[in-house]
Amino acid sequence: MATSPLFTHFDQIFILLRNWLVGFLPAALRPAAGVVLGVITIVCLFPGLFALTTVFERKGLGRIQNRLGPNRVGPFGFFQPVADGIKSLTKEDIVPFSANAVVHFLAPLSLVVAVFMEFAVLPMGRNMVLVDLNAGLLFFFSMSASTELSVFMAGWSSRNKYSLLGAMRAVAQMISYEVVLLLSSVSVVMIAGSLSLPKIVAAQDSYTGIFPHWYIFTPWGLAGFVMYAIAATAETNRSPFDLPEGESELVAGYHTEYSGFKFALFFLGEYLAMFAISGLGTTLFLGGWSAPFSFLTFVPSWIWFFSKVMLSIFVFIWMRGTLPRLRQDQLMNFAWKFVLPFTLLNLFVTALWRFMGEGWMRWVVCTVILVAAYVLMGRLSMRNEHFGPRRYRYAE
Amino acid sequence: MNALFYLLAAITIGGGLASVLLKHLVHCALATTVAFAGLALLFLQLDAQFTGFAQILVYIGAVAILIVFAILLTRGADLPKDGVFSRTWFVGLVIAAGIFAVLAWAVLESVRALPQHNAVPAVTVRDIGNALVGRYVLPLEIVALLLTAATIGAVIVAMHEKERPKP
Amino acid sequence: MTTPLAGYLLVAALLFAIGIAGALVRRNAILVLIGIELMLNAANLNLIAFWRYGPHPELLTGMMFAIFSIAVAAAEAAVGLGLVISIHRHTNTTDLDKMNRMKG
Repeated sequence: MATSPLFTHFDQIFILLRNWLVGFLPAALRPAAGVVLGVITIVCLFPGLFALTTVFERKGLGRIQNRLGPNRVGPFGFFQPVADGIKSLTKEDIVPFSANAVVHFLAPLSLVVAVFMEFAVLPMGRNMVLVDLNAGLLFFFSMSASTELSVFMAGWSSRNKYSLLGAMRAVAQMISYEVVLLLSSVSVVMIAGSLSLPKIVAAQDSYTGIFPHWYIFTPWGLAGFVMYAIAATAETNRSPFDLPEGESELVAGYHTEYSGFKFALFFLGEYLAMFAISGLGTTLFLGGWSAPFSFLTFVPSWIWFFSKVMLSIFVFIWMRGTLPRLRQDQLMNFAWKFVLPFTLLNLFVTALWRFMGEGWMRWVVCTVILVAAYVLMGRLSMRNEHFGPRRYRYAE
Repeated sequence: MNALFYLLAAITIGGGLASVLLKHLVHCALATTVAFAGLALLFLQLDAQFTGFAQILVYIGAVAILIVFAILLTRGADLPKDGVFSRTWFVGLVIAAGIFAVLAWAVLESVRALPQHNAVPAVTVRDIGNALVGRYVLPLEIVALLLTAATIGAVIVAMHEKERPKP
Repeated sequence: MTTPLAGYLLVAALLFAIGIAGALVRRNAILVLIGIELMLNAANLNLIAFWRYGPHPELLTGMMFAIFSIAVAAAEAAVGLGLVISIHRHTNTTDLDKMNRMKG
């Protein structure tokens, strides 16, 4: 690992900047001021990334669907978020007459507040976590669970059948996949030995030869990561799990009756939740801020973290453009009857991995168990499906 | 800090009062959520971080949603015609006031004998984990059994009965 | 100045009284369950306050008790609400004043 002072300075540049700024204040105020500076950075940086992601998404989806995305505003359409922002902020704020005004107002606020809190425990670089909580992972999941209630509040307070239906579907989906999310993270906690996210990253920050010790490169880690990714897509209501807000199904689901700035807040909340969950997935499985090869450690740690998060976002966008939507009962069936048992098996396999000791044996045993279970469960859940040549029925 | 404690206590008690006094059931459920949140913050002030986060995750993330789903499934959104308070509301109020009087008297009588303050206990999640599988493994297994029974029981109780075939 | 233990105990006692008032005074069955949840939460607050200010906090007794209480309360809420839904399906009401017969 390069230990030259220049590398350390560039890697820790934000920490050094913060310490220099905070040094102007008396010693009693310094910790609080440091935290406030960190909060301001997060509140400015992630919505900025959100703006960039909206334009990436629209252009990316456009390219997947063989058309150009927005290309009028600015060079290649990259100032589109500015136009979108101005539109959202200046649109009239309509509240339905029979809607419950207080709850209608509080729903997007509580969603965005809960989602912003999730960023407080993510380690974005070496020594760059806002709060190093002992139970950091639990805090993240508590904030994620609070967003479900905001979704329900939004849907119910609009006094609209479509909103309520969308909200119910969204909450049912989020609760089911929350269990999967938690259980797939528990395997990581078992191996790393701590719920504190910086410690989980530190446990993955070593190399054998040039290959890193990320958890995704182990059999249980790969299975866990796939299930975490499925659960993350469902938690943030992204395609192929976006029935609660599918435009062709439910008008706009639980944010039908919101316009202008409140709709922009929901939009912001959804994308920020995507960033936060990708950030957590990176921390748990992809090694957080550590470099992929041991000869690349001269690149600053925060660049690696954000590259991995943006890569996950790109995969989200790719899935949205490629896969068809799942129906609500197919989605719930999938969660409770396939993913959850597989996650429990993964937990068992992780324990086996931990107690088998180093060597090639544990690789073989764990891989064989996981692959055999996957094939068996797949065959079992598809035994009623009859695949054959497609038969057409024509209208007479 | 004292001011913070008063604020959190006010939020909790306010949420609790709102949840038993409001007319519309969904408002009551949301006020209960505010009370749960206030309690979680009180736990955090008492240096019980794991319990505080578990309170948010379980109560706000699951129990509150359960209550709200039950309200919607039983059409509690329609207001009853005879008012929301039961016929015997006065007796209930007297009983509650009596209980509070007894508890408050017990607390205020023993103020001198109560422990004053401790150093912050250095409790990590690792200690909690060790305690759970060490000293408290029997309650852990019993609670696991209880949760399984509760899950199966709740599903069976709330399931739609299958149509019996007419003979 | 740290808050004295009596402060937390009084808040817990008040919340308990509010919970019991809610369970006894309102008509709807679901509000009874909300009252029960408030009572359980008040007891949890009591437990954690005594754990914090007690002689041996490193033994974790109070915290363990509170964690188990949270788990059991969640399970009991689930079963209770399932019962309320089932009764509603049978009698089409959740009004406790009307549910005063065992017949039907």
